[in-house]
Amino acid sequence: MNTTNETRGPAEFEKVLPGSEDAVVFEEDRATVLRRVHHFLHAYPTAVPFIVLLFTIGVFSAIVGDRFFAPFNLSLVLQQVTIIGTLGIAQTLIILTAGIDLSVGAIMILSSIVMGRLAVVSGVPVGIAFPLGLATGMACGYLNGLLVTRLKLPPFIVTLGTWSIFGALVLFYSKSQSLRQQEVEAVASFLQWTGNAIPIGAARLTFGSIVMLLLAALVWYMLNRTAFGRHIYAIGDDPDAARLAGINTSRTLIAVYVIAGLICAIGGWILIGRIGAISPNSGFNANLDSITAVVIGGTSLFGGRGSIVGTLIGALIVGVFRSGLALAGLDALWQEFAVGVLIIVAVASDQWIRRISL
Amino acid sequence: MSTDVVKPILQARDLVKRYGRVTALDHADFDLMPNEILGVIGDNGAGKSSLIKVLAGAVIPDSGEVLMDGKPVHFRSPLDAREAGIETVYQDLALAPALSIADNMFLGRETRKGGAMGKWFRLLDRSGMQKRAREQLSALGLLTIQNIKQPVETLSGGQRQGVAVARAAAFGSKVIILDEPTAALGVKESRRVLELMLDVKKRGLPIILISHNMPHVFEVADRIHIHRLGRRIAVIDPKDYSMADAVAIMTGAMPPPPMADEMAAA
Repeated sequence: MNTTNETRGPAEFEKVLPGSEDAVVFEEDRATVLRRVHHFLHAYPTAVPFIVLLFTIGVFSAIVGDRFFAPFNLSLVLQQVTIIGTLGIAQTLIILTAGIDLSVGAIMILSSIVMGRLAVVSGVPVGIAFPLGLATGMACGYLNGLLVTRLKLPPFIVTLGTWSIFGALVLFYSKSQSLRQQEVEAVASFLQWTGNAIPIGAARLTFGSIVMLLLAALVWYMLNRTAFGRHIYAIGDDPDAARLAGINTSRTLIAVYVIAGLICAIGGWILIGRIGAISPNSGFNANLDSITAVVIGGTSLFGGRGSIVGTLIGALIVGVFRSGLALAGLDALWQEFAVGVLIIVAVASDQWIRRISL
Repeated sequence: MSTDVVKPILQARDLVKRYGRVTALDHADFDLMPNEILGVIGDNGAGKSSLIKVLAGAVIPDSGEVLMDGKPVHFRSPLDAREAGIETVYQDLALAPALSIADNMFLGRETRKGGAMGKWFRLLDRSGMQKRAREQLSALGLLTIQNIKQPVETLSGGQRQGVAVARAAAFGSKVIILDEPTAALGVKESRRVLELMLDVKKRGLPIILISHNMPHVFEVADRIHIHRLGRRIAVIDPKDYSMADAVAIMTGAMPPPPMADEMAAA
């Protein structure tokens, strides 16, 4: 039988070129400048938001001058984006799996209410109330994950529903009442710790911002250096391929939603630090803002592509735009206008970058 | 035949699978010998997909048994089959386009670094996996692929198929199933994949090749399993029959030759 292989074997011209180890045989030679740019951006998608961030900082520095570039203002921008950035990290995880989470803001508030009211109203020690608040966030995420994987509902619908449900629970449990800053400080000052700051010259770096950056580093490690992270990308990219490769997609998805819930709960902790009080009405816009940060950061809503670094930069871009436009004396409505334009430009460029074909 | 000496590595006996009133497998048998390329052909709806899915663990038969090395095995899922050493390259490739070649080759089977970082922080052994992916691709003569870290979507169809086959060859310890590996490829790329199959065979792995492309099947297959109306009606040697004969047997225009293998096995 083996003798026949020679006659039936593939033609000789198909043999691999000699000396083609690590070959560079790709037809790169007819690449135009545009194609090179396109190729570069496809390989490094985070470059786009990064360039945009540098550009906006440059423009606003030129327009507004030193006031914008003052360390105090820059640290203020960082404080303003801390909550959006934290929720953005959770949102990135969900969007990478080709999902979307409209309930991140509601989970954040519910968790902050739970940890706050347990400590302040029910007299539970902070050492117990705080973990229970985090557990609330995880439970919310678990519910989302269960509905997405078991009932096979679209994440948009699931989280639209749980957004209302968690929002209603917030009003129920808080009795629509805020806890004042002094009340919280008296028994549970730990919950406000994230609002404390380390002064660095004129700038103030809050612990909340540090917590956000640590979270980002942890999630970055998880996404890029662990098998679990690669599975998240694979599921968003091609769920069938992921399943055929032996990945338990349901379990991975539920874990992603639980982790996102935990991050939102930590966001609730940062929220308490930021406003000092515990309020059922704060941060309700955070849902859409977190999606804005993720999208401007270059993460694809179709899943499988994107990064945590992009999301942080996306949140910063929004912060820089708002701050810069405000310092330039423009009405707040133009901030919203600019953010809207940014979203559309970001998604349009994402579509362009995703179109590959070398 | 030499069935007394060489035992089949993978067998199926009397497989039945019904979907409602449709009988996809009607007491079908199957034999794969060590170190051969077995072509599986059949008209659309003849049940060859169901047969392959049973062997790959994707479908559980109503009755009948699958044997590996003569021992009965019961696959409940594709993972079971994979753990038994059967790797399947699906028609739609089952690669994640945005992930790199190395990531795809180790998807679902990542290896971690040793020591505390791997154990406690689950740190992936990325350099090790990249090295092994590169070794695997070069062993199959696929090093025209320039960079092991480039996303799969930047590869041509033939190169993607190459990655999928390389992945199967890297992990398949017993059998590789290729489902229509050349269907989506151009002439030149098909050639490359056929050559790849012969390379894999040379390394001692038997291959099951499901294909509609008669010239490709006749070019590489050692034996051809012809499926018709839910069962194996013939196994032919491509040296003894023409493609026209095979098509005639497949469609029922020609009576199938007697089954030497089956009688010997029974």
